[in-house]
Amino acid sequence: MENPVILTLDGLTKRFGAVVANDAIDLTLHQGEVLALLGENGAGKTTLMNMLFGHYTPDAGHVEIVGEDGVVSRLPAGHPQAAIDARIGMVHQHFTLAENLSALDNILLGSESLWTLRRNRRRARTKIEALMQDSGLIAPLDEKIGALSVGERQRVEILKALFHDARVLVLDEPTAVLTPQEADSLFAALRTMVTAGLSVIFISHKLHEVLAFSDRIAVLRHGKKVGELTTADADKSQIATLMVGEETALPERKACEVGSPVLELSGVTVKRENTRNSLNGVTLCVRAGEIVGVAGVSGNGQSALAQLISGLTRPDNGTIALAGDVVADPTPKGMIKARVGRIPEDRHHDGVVGTMSVAENLVLERLGEPDVQRRGFLRKAKIAEHADELIAAYDVRGPGAEARAALLSGGNIQKLILARVLEKEPLVILANQPTRGLDFGAAGEVARRLMAARKRGAGVVLISEDLDEVLSLADRIVVMHDGELIEADTRDRAAIGLLMAGQAA
Amino acid sequence: MIVIEPRGDISRRMQTAIPVIAAFVALALAAVPLAFAGAPIFPAYWQMFIGVFGSVFSFTEMLTRATPLIFTGLAAALAFKARLWNIGAEGQLYLGAMGAVAVGTGLIDGPAVLMIPLVMLAGAAAGAAGMLGPAILKTRFGADEVVTSLLLNFIILIFVQMMLEGPLKDPMSMGWPQSEPILDSAALPRLMDRMRIHSGLIVALVAAVIAQIALTKTTWGFKIRAVGENAAAARHAGIGVNRTLLGVACVSGALAGLAGVSEVAGLKGYLTTDLSPGYGYSGIVVAMLAGLSPIGVVIAALYVASVFVGADSMSRAMGVSSFLADLVVSLSLISVLVGGFFARYRIKFAGKAS
Repeated sequence: MENPVILTLDGLTKRFGAVVANDAIDLTLHQGEVLALLGENGAGKTTLMNMLFGHYTPDAGHVEIVGEDGVVSRLPAGHPQAAIDARIGMVHQHFTLAENLSALDNILLGSESLWTLRRNRRRARTKIEALMQDSGLIAPLDEKIGALSVGERQRVEILKALFHDARVLVLDEPTAVLTPQEADSLFAALRTMVTAGLSVIFISHKLHEVLAFSDRIAVLRHGKKVGELTTADADKSQIATLMVGEETALPERKACEVGSPVLELSGVTVKRENTRNSLNGVTLCVRAGEIVGVAGVSGNGQSALAQLISGLTRPDNGTIALAGDVVADPTPKGMIKARVGRIPEDRHHDGVVGTMSVAENLVLERLGEPDVQRRGFLRKAKIAEHADELIAAYDVRGPGAEARAALLSGGNIQKLILARVLEKEPLVILANQPTRGLDFGAAGEVARRLMAARKRGAGVVLISEDLDEVLSLADRIVVMHDGELIEADTRDRAAIGLLMAGQAA
Repeated sequence: MIVIEPRGDISRRMQTAIPVIAAFVALALAAVPLAFAGAPIFPAYWQMFIGVFGSVFSFTEMLTRATPLIFTGLAAALAFKARLWNIGAEGQLYLGAMGAVAVGTGLIDGPAVLMIPLVMLAGAAAGAAGMLGPAILKTRFGADEVVTSLLLNFIILIFVQMMLEGPLKDPMSMGWPQSEPILDSAALPRLMDRMRIHSGLIVALVAAVIAQIALTKTTWGFKIRAVGENAAAARHAGIGVNRTLLGVACVSGALAGLAGVSEVAGLKGYLTTDLSPGYGYSGIVVAMLAGLSPIGVVIAALYVASVFVGADSMSRAMGVSSFLADLVVSLSLISVLVGGFFARYRIKFAGKAS
């Protein structure tokens, strides 16, 4: 690339507790270039960009920007205003617009001093209209944001960045919420602006748009930059492999006697306003003694599948059967009774009542049982005894059974949930992102427990964004994309990666 | 740069100390307007103290005033535990009073052992119905119960007015809008001769003990706490969130209704539209001062009643406005909330982050 470098990320590192979200990432951006940041969910793309924009303070490393005069200056960490002053604009995946203000006001927001009494809106409007002319990003300036479509809102966000004279534009998953037509027109507009000298970093996990639109691709995996290549020389399967990783030696997984079906979904459709909560004609059979891994990029219907098996959602169409019996009216209580163990995706939000004690959380799902209550009165001694047993058996470390569950670390909260779920020897186990955010030891423990349950004869549905986890644990792999399940007849990473990206292998 | 950091667990001693300290802070703060009003501060507070603890009569008056506050305080505390914001205790109190009047003024008559429970049951049921409506609207349609239960207060008060001008009006009242008197057999017995203190207080204390046990020792209380603290986790764990909320709504409304029964059948003897000087709303303050603990509600109700009764006496003796009582109660609440904040967080003044 002959164009001069405009932005350098040098060894940016960010840790959240034990998890390293970004590990010494270097990146350069040239003027007038489109750099795609590609990776699975949780690979660290958004974290990296948040450090660039000053939302996060890096634990190590720094950002350098080359001014128009060619002077290299280091951006102070943790100050979004510094990034704006350095003319870096960011469009977040989740828009940061005020719905009750007009598009024009949203664009001006933050650019006016509080002490200015007279607003010079006419000059601003002229500038924005010129920007709209130049870029082709047209948005109705006087409408309230609340009345605009998602695509229009995104254009307002981009215009806002351009209004601040952005030289570098960061787009976080810009097409996640757009229809294909909107995406096409967005890319066309961006192309125009890039020709005019804008530099763009765009985050995505969609292969086809990365290939179509970018000049260069940087691939992140597990917080590390694993590859950087020129788009013109790249091919799909090469990138897919980079994204999901090379084949690693799988831990030995002893074959298990596979029994009769314990969970059967046939033609299940769940219709919701957004795709992340929708399922489209999903058919799945899980047998006793097998782990079925559901791979996929998050937001493709996994949460709908999990809610369905948890009893939180009813299918609009199709049936769900447990051990051969159709569940007429799925409820959480009914599912628990039918011996479905559920490990929720968001363990803090759905798994525990943080302000209640560890002992109380351990009996949360079995309040009606005789060893928990007698004639409506809690049997505190029994509950405490039960808690001590489970805490010892599952190695839940913390300040003790009477402490608030919120005081436990993430890994120990997960062990608490595992203890609660597994002590009842469930027939079916739904494990939704069971190791997300856990350190190595806790994640290993979760895997070990799931394997043990499989050996005992449970059927396990493992939903995970971590393909390594799916490959190492699952006997059978299905891929979820856009509300549909596709059976993956392969354990080849690149092939599965393509399925995850919605491309037939 | 000011940084607000959460502290670790709050010790139980700290939790009980905060309201006590807050009560004294409130009294200290109230000394400022008191001084502005021209009253000597220490004699004024002495009058306030005497006004509550100076005689058997004044002490029983305070207990009489505390009685409805215990009921409405419990109503708020139980509902708030489940994050059900029942702001309608005032209306439910009037519904309860109306239920008592409907049954206890001659519709039926019998021995007191039969009539008193019957009157209380009628009042409790009427109060429960008053909160069930907003709770159903919340669980069915997601309507905010703060709005519905609050606005229902005004509707109910106008309804009471209508009833007192119509079917419930006492023909012997010389045209005053008041109900017929409660029958002697249905009246709550007085506890002491020539004092107004009545057995409603006993019922209130029993209710507080039952509520405390229910909340801490039963599965129902467990569900209430779980639903209030994290409804998503409770639902995921198979706890009937809506059913729990509806149950709490009924019990909360019933307790507020009992406040009305207690005032009508224990104190006033008949229903008028000025039965309650805002006991329903004060109950919210009582519950917050008590940190939503039922036993704490009893103590907080005694405190708030003492401030009210004491301030009345002070205003008579010193010639200052009795609105000072409202001021002290409000300052107490603010102090408790601020105290609670400082117990949970510490504030650090750090230099500008580099």
